[in-house]
Amino acid sequence: MTQLHLAVALDGAGWHPDAWRDPAARPQDLFTAGYWKGLVAEAERGLIDFVTIDDSLTIQSADHFAPDDRVDQVRGRLDATLIAARVAPASAHIGIVPTVTATHTEPFHVSTAIATLDYVSTGRAGVQIRVGGLGGETALFGRREFPAISLDNLQDPAIQQLIAERFDEAADFVEVVRRLWDSWDDDAEIRDAATGRFIDREKLHYIDFEGRWFSVRGPSITPRPPQGQPVVTALGHGTVPYQLAARAADVLFVTPHDPAGARDILAEVDGRPSLVFADLIVLFGGHDPAFFSDAKIVAGTAGQIADQIEELHQLGYAGVRLRPGVLPTDLTAITDQLVPELQRRGLFRTSYAESTLRERLGLAPLTTGALR
Amino acid sequence: MTKQIILGHYLGGLNHQTLWSDPAAGSQIDFASFKHAAQTAERGKFDFFFLAEGLVLRERQGQIFDQDVIGRPDTLTVLAALAEVTEHLGLVATLNATFNEPYELARQLATLDHLSGGRAGWNIVTSSDAFTGRNFRRGGFLAREDRYVRAQEFLTVARQLWDSWSAGDITADKESGRFLSRPDAGEFAFSGKQFDVSGRFTVPRSPQGQPVILQAGVSSEGREFAAGGGPDAIFSPYHTLAEAQPFYREIQQRAAAHGKPPGSVKVLPGAAFVLADTETEAIERHREIAHAQITGRGAQILLETVWNRDLSGYDPDGPLPDVDPDPDGPPIIQGRARIHQNPADTIAQWRSIAEENKYSLRELAIHVFGHVEFVGTPTQIADRLHDFVQNEGSDGFIIGSHLTPTGLDEFVDRVVPLLQERGSLRTDYEGTTLRDNLGLSTPVGSAG
Repeated sequence: MTQLHLAVALDGAGWHPDAWRDPAARPQDLFTAGYWKGLVAEAERGLIDFVTIDDSLTIQSADHFAPDDRVDQVRGRLDATLIAARVAPASAHIGIVPTVTATHTEPFHVSTAIATLDYVSTGRAGVQIRVGGLGGETALFGRREFPAISLDNLQDPAIQQLIAERFDEAADFVEVVRRLWDSWDDDAEIRDAATGRFIDREKLHYIDFEGRWFSVRGPSITPRPPQGQPVVTALGHGTVPYQLAARAADVLFVTPHDPAGARDILAEVDGRPSLVFADLIVLFGGHDPAFFSDAKIVAGTAGQIADQIEELHQLGYAGVRLRPGVLPTDLTAITDQLVPELQRRGLFRTSYAESTLRERLGLAPLTTGALR
Repeated sequence: MTKQIILGHYLGGLNHQTLWSDPAAGSQIDFASFKHAAQTAERGKFDFFFLAEGLVLRERQGQIFDQDVIGRPDTLTVLAALAEVTEHLGLVATLNATFNEPYELARQLATLDHLSGGRAGWNIVTSSDAFTGRNFRRGGFLAREDRYVRAQEFLTVARQLWDSWSAGDITADKESGRFLSRPDAGEFAFSGKQFDVSGRFTVPRSPQGQPVILQAGVSSEGREFAAGGGPDAIFSPYHTLAEAQPFYREIQQRAAAHGKPPGSVKVLPGAAFVLADTETEAIERHREIAHAQITGRGAQILLETVWNRDLSGYDPDGPLPDVDPDPDGPPIIQGRARIHQNPADTIAQWRSIAEENKYSLRELAIHVFGHVEFVGTPTQIADRLHDFVQNEGSDGFIIGSHLTPTGLDEFVDRVVPLLQERGSLRTDYEGTTLRDNLGLSTPVGSAG
């Protein structure tokens, strides 16, 4: 069987809404560099493949469709790409994958930002593409108007069409991001004093992308990043996002709740992309019956959680992405208990070997111009 | 008391000034280069590190420039990484008000301020060319006369977003289970000519309250924008006291008229330097650098930015081109800021300089574009920097070099100790934020 991959998803104080009240939680530090450096260092101690850093342009809300007025949960978050860049020089091996919203942002800026993350991490960058449009997000920008989406109208054909269009737009977005990464050949910089040329302009390429929602000419201002193509990931809960992932992503995160569902998802995805990770919320402190989530919640000992991971791996999942319920408590338990348990079973690495994230995930190296 | 000189370090201009052919020239893109330059500036007790902006590769007659250094990182991303390898240095990003949206940019700048412990700064620039717009959703929609309107409104929105959280909004009291002290923290709404936005901002109040704002502004609108509620610091193009003092005083007077306390708008010219043990050696070294920066071909291209004609047929060692400029023709060079507003006047002036000094095309280009403000021995340069600031020429300088990434090393090794001896440069950092470095107050904010 192939090597198991483990990712950790970081978000605020953890994925449990009351995580910030845990005795070990540091809610006053959520907006400091030290907090994020500590979490990434802990994940790196556990030889984790990569961390994802969650983000959204809107403020957190218990209501999926609109801001709420709760004061008893964590509210406020920093830009994930900048957190990623801030922690990159303080780490050496772990992949760093911030979430980026594709709906309102500029693909040109995102492409150069993730390329730069790849430079400052020397080949450990990725990105999780998020499709926006809900919860008052459009009003933050004031540039586009989408009808308000709610539970009541979610199934309306017009709303379903709108959602499908946002995913199409995100696929175009990723295509532009990727083609800009590939717009410089590796050997474009020649520094040829004899002819007075710094670059060979024949090795820079316009992308001339023209789509329904935007056009981008290129080339990038940033040379081809160390990995060529940083790793693109997406989270999906159904057919529409699976199709986005098939077209645009290297890694798809999915949320199976039982073995039958887990099999069905793999069958539907059918190898596109080849790397499918199952998301699991992990609570080492035991079950909380009041806590629900999009992903399956696994609670118990390291051995019990390892059993579930092993089962998913046997079904054909390349890996799992663990969402610690409580930070840092459940992350420390991952590194101190779960990882050693998976190592004992021969499922997980005992040291870092590869230097780039693509290599670690077994993604084929891409030659310059592969996307042209 | 001796006035303190503000020092910024500007790395890696992607233009003719940066010598890529020098054996000591390093990578313009590897993080190690940025780290070296920033750590050198911090070793020299500089106030901040400064990066320019590029959103498109320059072209000449539809072909990408190949003779200058190109290839740069995303500014905010590389500054966030530099926060890890520096402790006191301000981190100033040049970012465009045209090809960004206030919500996203304010969020990124507030994030940088949090992640650097209060060291973020923003040099706000605007642009209106369709050429750059081809890389963006927006295209090049902005009329030239709307640039200041947009910049001003952009800054107003950004400040409203930064003020939408107060320092006391996060209580995070585990005992009572109360995370926020009020349910509407971050709420904002703005409606203007350029922006119509509302919602809740996600970033709690950052250490500086608001990042430090810098701006270029020599035009009349720029000066007024600078003085009234605009930036905390502005760039000045003046390097002689005769030109610099009136500008400096005008900015102070305009600021006072807006009720701002003395010293609340800093004036900072950019400056390059060439150092040597003797003045003669320094002049010779400058000559060599300028000739390396401006080759015959390079000279033709620099003059093309003003003539707006293909000058490749004119001998660089011969006289200036005998044709008139073609200001209304399609731009021969794209993606480069236009620095000369009136080509005919500029060229007339150049012709008389060339005639007077018997300059060839290339020599004239070197005279105009190879100018270095501070050439001399360490003592001469320290004295001139010191005197300029003590005599109301400016509040300090943004120092650049022709070499990436080690160009600042000799300045820090040889000039900085002399400034410290004169009492005009700190020997250690006193505060923790960029505002502390600059002696600027921290905005209290209006939310809550």
